[in-house]
Formats: sequence, structure tokens, C-alpha cells
Amino acid sequence: MNLHVTAVGPLATIQDLGRPGWMHVGVSPSGAADRESHRLANALLGNDAGAATIEVLLGGLELLATQATWVALTGADCGARVDGRAIAWAGPVALRAGQRLRLGFSTAGLRAYVAVSGGVAVEPVLGSRSRDTLSGLGPEPLRTGMVLPAGARPVRPTVDAAPAQRPSPDALYLVAQPGPHMDWLLHGLDATHWQVSPDSDRVGVRLQGRALPRRALRVGTELPSAPMVRGALQLPPSGHPVVFLADHPVTGGYPVVAVLDDTSCDTIAQARPGQRLSMHITTVRR
Amino acid sequence: MRVLPYGQRAWLLEMEDATGVRSLDAALRLLRVDGGGAWARIVDVVPAARSVLVTAASPSDAEALRNMLEALTDLPPRDSPDGRTVEIPVTYDGPDLEFVARACGLDVDEVVTAHTGTPWTVAFGGFAPGFAYLADGDARLRVGRREEPRTIVPPGAVALADGYSAVYPRRSPGGWQLIGHTRSAMWDASMAEPALLRPGMRVQFRALP
Repeated sequence: MNLHVTAVGPLATIQDLGRPGWMHVGVSPSGAADRESHRLANALLGNDAGAATIEVLLGGLELLATQATWVALTGADCGARVDGRAIAWAGPVALRAGQRLRLGFSTAGLRAYVAVSGGVAVEPVLGSRSRDTLSGLGPEPLRTGMVLPAGARPVRPTVDAAPAQRPSPDALYLVAQPGPHMDWLLHGLDATHWQVSPDSDRVGVRLQGRALPRRALRVGTELPSAPMVRGALQLPPSGHPVVFLADHPVTGGYPVVAVLDDTSCDTIAQARPGQRLSMHITTVRR
Repeated sequence: MRVLPYGQRAWLLEMEDATGVRSLDAALRLLRVDGGGAWARIVDVVPAARSVLVTAASPSDAEALRNMLEALTDLPPRDSPDGRTVEIPVTYDGPDLEFVARACGLDVDEVVTAHTGTPWTVAFGGFAPGFAYLADGDARLRVGRREEPRTIVPPGAVALADGYSAVYPRRSPGGWQLIGHTRSAMWDASMAEPALLRPGMRVQFRALP
């Protein structure tokens, strides 16, 4: 069973739960930016959570099925259609041979996930089918004319829909824990209203707002480069934070003053340029 | 050593110096193999300049690891279990070789002799898959980065900056001083061990005529 790519929007990549365990040789874990939406799309089809899905930035993707299969769309709602007929968001959808799945463009949320029965079955690299956009590892981003192999024989899904929420277009509320270099920051992380910069991608989300002041002791000094993780909130000398996402660099030279929890990493992966957000810092590990 | 919080499933262990980082990295690699329990479920051990990241598979494993990590005091200086020596043949013809010689107060031959005279140690990875920061070389080879980074550095370029040496694993931008090139492959994603150089290994450069 194959999926023919007949149109691509701004960016569509193949993603799974990434390739952890290789950071010591310079390889970032990568994987779906919004892992919860990726897992949900797979769960709706009875796939393993680690089966590869297609992560679609904003929308615009069009796929043609060569044989009957099932698909499920989660994350940003792109108003998808099959041969012109509107289909369910976050529910299994049957595709017959020769039918065309077409995603429009989302108005809330940034990334849609398209799961197919058995998962997208391209060749894994270091145990993962994720495209790491920073290092260039993993399958190439989708292009018109590509043919994607899909995994196992489709099994009729046992659920009709999931009680999931679409990404919110409103101001977002994130939860973070203090980071290893919290003492570099004077104050203000949780008292500031941030706005997502257009200069954001799978590597990181830049936040615009009031510049955060460093402690006087730390002004003009820099850290020796330290390892980074997904959700790390780095504070460059400009005072405008960067939150690292899936394809973050393995090491970085700026202090990490907070780290988003897993749920908030998924939330910020759906934040659109210009969207507002605020942060709550807690020492409770949940 | 300070154990610093780093999100729901990781700790950052801050060390006094690079020697401490190396001993801790070696101890953690052994514990992952022999220690059992939460040690065996560590996902990543990532050394950097003055710290080591430890990531766990779940928040509960991370909680369990906290006390275990804090009890790791008085680590003996120790070589990594991966401490074998890799020889890398180099043609010393880099475009920055003469600049490096002047900056270090040496002549070109002395730079080559210094670079090949003592083995280097893989301190940590980063920047790109297969890029290894090599430390503990000849102390005379101290030179900063280029003022203008190059937009293209070819794969196999042998470089120096900030007391480290490195080999660029693939074509990329780069700001280090280029002193030569090698044909040794630094990275092959199809191999079980894709990186030629891993933390704790030693590297002996050899000059090709």
C-alpha cells in the first residue's frame, strides 16, 4: 500500500517518537513536535505509539491512496476532505483505492498529524523515521511526486472519535519548572506576557516581550556550553527567551532558566506566530 | 558536584572542571551497564564542557535517580570504558595553518609536530552528528575562532579553536581554524556505531607526507 504525495504546503515531514540515546555523538532526539497529537493519531488506528505519522505545518498536503486504508488526522484542524467531502477531525477515516485526501489550512494550531494504518514505512535512521530538520538526519521532507510506503494491512479501527481538544487560538498557559541556571535570572519569567515570534520552527520557539533582566553578577559573562533538552528555555543576553523544541541543538551556550513540562512542550508546538502566552513556574514535579 | 533540576526527566550534573566531567561520564557509562535498577533505564548520558546531562525514561525514574546521583561523590579519576585510541591520518594543508602558526608563536612544522605529538581525548560531542570536541592536546595550540566564520567547510577538515581540535564530519558552515584534512569518515548513519569518535576515546593524529 502506498500514498502518493500530490501536493505539499509550507512543510510536511515524517515523524515518530524520535531517536533518544544518541545525544553524546551530537544527535538530537527529534520526533513529533506535538507528541500527544502524534500518539492520538496512531491510537485512533490501533497503531503503535511509535509508528511514523506525517507532521504537516499549517496544511496544504494532498495524498492519493493506491489501496484501501485508514487515516486519522489530529493536531491543528485543517478542514480535511476526501474527494471533496469533509471528514472527521480526530477520528478514523476510511480511504478507498484512488481516493484523494486533501488538507486545507488551519486557523488555530500550527501542526496537523496524519496517521495511516501501520504507519509510514520509510527506512529508519538510527532506529527512527523522524526528520531532524537541524542535522538533516532521517527521511527527506515531503515533496510532490514522492511515494510513501505505508505499513501493515489495515485493521478496522475500534473507535469512532476521541474526546480530544483542538489546539486553542487563544492565549496559552504553560507550566515550567525552574531550570539549572535559574539563578541567572533576576525576575519576571512568570509575570510577562509573551508573544510567539514568526522566527520559530521545529528547533525552537522565540518569544517576544519585555526583555528579562539578568542578575548583575551574571551580566557580561557566559556559560561553558551545556547540554540542552526539549522544553529548555534559554536566555540569550538580549533577554528574549528561546524555547527548544524537538530538533534542538545538543548543546547550547546560554543559561537555561526554566524547562517546560511535557504537556506544555506539546502546547507550544501548536502556538502560531503572534499568539500570546504566559508561563507558570512551579517546583512541583508532576 | 551539583545536581541541578532539568525538567521532568533529566538532571544536569555540574562539575568543577573537565577532568571531573570525564570521570563522571566514565562512571555513569559503567553504572548503566552494571548498576541495574534505574541506572539501567538511563536514556542519555551527555558530557559537555563543565557538566553532564542524565536523562531518564520517565519522571519516576528521574526521581529515583536524584539520590543515586547525589551519592556519587569522590569519583576516582578514571578512563572511559571506551578509552581506546583511534588513529587519524592528516594532510596538513589547511588554509589557516600559517595563521595558526603565527598566532601560537610557532612555525608551520612545529604546529604539525604539536598536533601529532600527544594524543587528544574526545571530551564531548555537539554541533553536528559525529562532531567531537577533542581536548588535552598540546597546550601551545591555543587559538581563537575565525573572526568571519566560513559558510562552507568541507567534510574531513581538521580544525583548531579555543583549545580544542576537531574534524568536521560533513560539509557545513564553521568558524574554526582549518589546519588540514583527513579521508577518515567521522560519521556513517548506517553503522551500528555511527560516530567514529565517542566521549572518552583517544585520538592520535598522524601526518601524511
